[in-house]
Amino acid sequence: MSETYVTPDGRTIGAPVLEMKNITLRFGGVVAIKDISFDIREGEIRAIIGPNGAGKSSMLNVINGFYHPQEGEIWFRGAKRKPMKPYQIAQQGIARTFQNIALFKGMSTLDNIMTGRFNQMKTNMALQILWKGPAEREEQENREIVEKVIDFLEIQAIRKTPVGALPYGLQKRVELGRALAAQPKLLLLDEPMAGMNVEEKEDMSRFILDVNDEFGTTIALIEHDMGVVMDISDRVVVMDYGKKIGDGSPDEVRNNQDVIDAYLGVDHG
Amino acid sequence: MVSKNNVLPEGLDTFPKLLARNAKQWANAPAYREKEYGIWQSWTWSEVFEEVNALAMGYVALGLNEGDYVAIIGRNRPYLYWAMLAAQAAGGIPVPLYQDANAEEMAYVLEHCGARFIVAEDQEQVDKVLEVQDNLPNVDQIIYFDKRGMRKYEHQHLNAYEDVQAEGRAGHYRLAPVLAERQAKLTEDSTCVMLYTSGTTGKPKGVVLSNTNIIASAKASSEFDNLSASDSVLAYLPMAWVGDFIFSIGQSCWTGFCVACPESPETMQADLREIGPSYFFAPPRFFEGLLTNVMIRIEDASPLKKRLFHKYMAHAKKVGPALLDGEEVSFMDKLKYKIGDFLIYAPLKNTLGLSKVRVGYTAGEAIGPEIFEFYRSLGINLKQLYGQTEASVFITQQPDGQVRVDTVGVPSPGVEIRIADSGEVFYRSPGVFVEYYKNQESTADTKDADGWVATGDAGFIEEESGHLRIIDRAKDVGQMADGSLFAPKFVENKLKFFPNILEAVVFGDGRETCTAFINIDLNAVANWAERNNVAYGSYQELAGNPQVYNIIQEHIEEVNKSVATDAMLSGCQIHRFLVLHKELDPDDGEMTRTRKVRRKIVGEKFQDLIEALYDGSTSVSTETEVTYEDGRKGLIKATLELRDVAVVPVNKEVAA
Repeated sequence: MSETYVTPDGRTIGAPVLEMKNITLRFGGVVAIKDISFDIREGEIRAIIGPNGAGKSSMLNVINGFYHPQEGEIWFRGAKRKPMKPYQIAQQGIARTFQNIALFKGMSTLDNIMTGRFNQMKTNMALQILWKGPAEREEQENREIVEKVIDFLEIQAIRKTPVGALPYGLQKRVELGRALAAQPKLLLLDEPMAGMNVEEKEDMSRFILDVNDEFGTTIALIEHDMGVVMDISDRVVVMDYGKKIGDGSPDEVRNNQDVIDAYLGVDHG
Repeated sequence: MVSKNNVLPEGLDTFPKLLARNAKQWANAPAYREKEYGIWQSWTWSEVFEEVNALAMGYVALGLNEGDYVAIIGRNRPYLYWAMLAAQAAGGIPVPLYQDANAEEMAYVLEHCGARFIVAEDQEQVDKVLEVQDNLPNVDQIIYFDKRGMRKYEHQHLNAYEDVQAEGRAGHYRLAPVLAERQAKLTEDSTCVMLYTSGTTGKPKGVVLSNTNIIASAKASSEFDNLSASDSVLAYLPMAWVGDFIFSIGQSCWTGFCVACPESPETMQADLREIGPSYFFAPPRFFEGLLTNVMIRIEDASPLKKRLFHKYMAHAKKVGPALLDGEEVSFMDKLKYKIGDFLIYAPLKNTLGLSKVRVGYTAGEAIGPEIFEFYRSLGINLKQLYGQTEASVFITQQPDGQVRVDTVGVPSPGVEIRIADSGEVFYRSPGVFVEYYKNQESTADTKDADGWVATGDAGFIEEESGHLRIIDRAKDVGQMADGSLFAPKFVENKLKFFPNILEAVVFGDGRETCTAFINIDLNAVANWAERNNVAYGSYQELAGNPQVYNIIQEHIEEVNKSVATDAMLSGCQIHRFLVLHKELDPDDGEMTRTRKVRRKIVGEKFQDLIEALYDGSTSVSTETEVTYEDGRKGLIKATLELRDVAVVPVNKEVAA
């Protein structure tokens, strides 16, 4: 499992970063995820797709520690992961965005992205109130990282704008910015293109590819838009009713009969 | 060729020499600024000198030869200005291109000038060049500034900007003497830059401008407005446009003032406010847009603020321009203006980023009188100039204290003006271009043996003031049936100053009376419809609404009154009009890509409508072919109303 391989477009995909082994997640009697195994490898763009209610978001929530599966193991960088709080997982270098934008509406773009650095700040509250020495230096360092993110996402013009006043597509971009500010090793994107028009989708696709290319960030994303998924991801996991029904390159998945049935519907008669 | 000796001071006749002087004289003064990562970064003249030389040596190391063309593509950034200066320093010729041009348009220019080196800002521009590279055998090296997304490209002929500079610095001992040798050969007659005209008629033409052209123009215009090293500008207009080259390279290198580049095109307004330039240029549409924004914000302000604004703006309109021109104003009016300045004018100017503007120019098109007055009354010294690429910008400009909305000023220092019998304006100056590159025919058509250049515009010099007034494009000016002058653009501009009118096309050449097609401005008219509960289902329905016709009729009657006051052009009053059922569109060939009406094509396409305007009928049915954005074609059917308009009787001939 740990050998590297080269994608058709010439990028090298490394060893698994995260391995999900036989994960099962239940809410009372409802089984959201049923015995699913897959891995995410260093440097790849990994998509999780499936119809509504297939358990995709639950899977992302399992990865980022929001939910704890009843069965199964999660291996992170070759070691079994103990049950952890989401912030501890964030400290390991996993950041995410949300399907329904979860920004601070009244705060500016800049401040929202700065919150992405919160986990990296080490000075205590007393020092920050005094605002001299280490706290000031730390703020400057973090601001520099945030400004590079703003430059990268080309959102300089809305730096000081309250996020609530921004159109939907830009809010999504700010959210990506906040996740990037944490300088994650693994970035989880929950429907980054939901509700966007074609142009916004193209922009977002380009940013996702650029993040992967420039920073070498491993990306796992959930997406409904099949066209986008097939274009930008290296490998795709397909879920339906909590089960894994397909796993492989976009082409393999596209020709998988189970996947076609799940998406186009199948005659149960 | 006429000898141009002694036009320029000894030792300051090429840009490498100017740069070397600046690096000594203003070594620690800021030369370029750019906002990046939220902070204004700045470079002093001595730093710029070092950066430019490093890049120039890098060019040489990459194999740039003397006389090679270096194309520069991107938005206003210090690095790209240095790329131009470095091209000159290495004996090459910079050719800035419009960054928003598509790949084919770019291919034409690159092929025409045979550029061997291309400096592109980022991946987007590099992609465009690579797309057409197969047709460009001359292109040897591409240099890109922004590394983002470039990692996966094959780098055989691709170079990162900083790598080229590093190579130049590393080879300093070997390359510096080559630069020195090449620069020693440059004279005031060497080509300084080649700029492509936007090409409203036919293909773009490469205008060759020499060091004399650029430096003499920069020198004369800097002296005209007393520009000095303490001034500053914001560089945000396309680098391929001659004005930007004169302001951001010519005048900047001559006087040593600082050029600031915005963070991104969208942040220009905020950056303008932060920089507060003392010298500012913008086309009329910029000032229009700014004024509209102010008015919308004021409508949303509290009643007290609104009242204060309107009260003091009325006062400013009364005395502001007079104060600016240094005329006598009563003490009470002065006092009231001071209070207004404290309460309204100064804070407003600060918000707009125009607090420090000492010299502001607008040009390119006629500016609406109300818009012009608005800025002047705030105490902003906004002036007009008239220029062309072929003149290294300056033909005429307005001196302080002699600013009027209907003229374009007096001849700039060193410029001679002559009006031909046909009414066409000719000029001659040290700024007159050398030639159109590889186009002797056009050169000969435009410039005669004595150096007089045809502007293509018709105009006249006002006897009492000596100011030039431009009437119209010379080829559009005609004669009415009674022999009086017909200048459609003159009337159309007056019509277009009304927010409800987007476009107007006036007909009347060789006819008894003038008539007009009107395009409504959908934004403004839809806004009016919403406020007045006028329901409509489509553009066509709104355009045909009788109430809309009433509004347009009122506007035209006002224009007629104003046209009637002009002795020469009173015959151009509009007698009948119609509101077009579709917007004039570049996709249908009715306008150029820069949104200038193609009069002839409109006339041919809507022949039936023009006939109806002249045969007295009150309505006309028509069918028009339209092209959708994806290239499909469709047909619009419409029945249009034709209306008569009241005209003001003129002495020589009374028209009903």
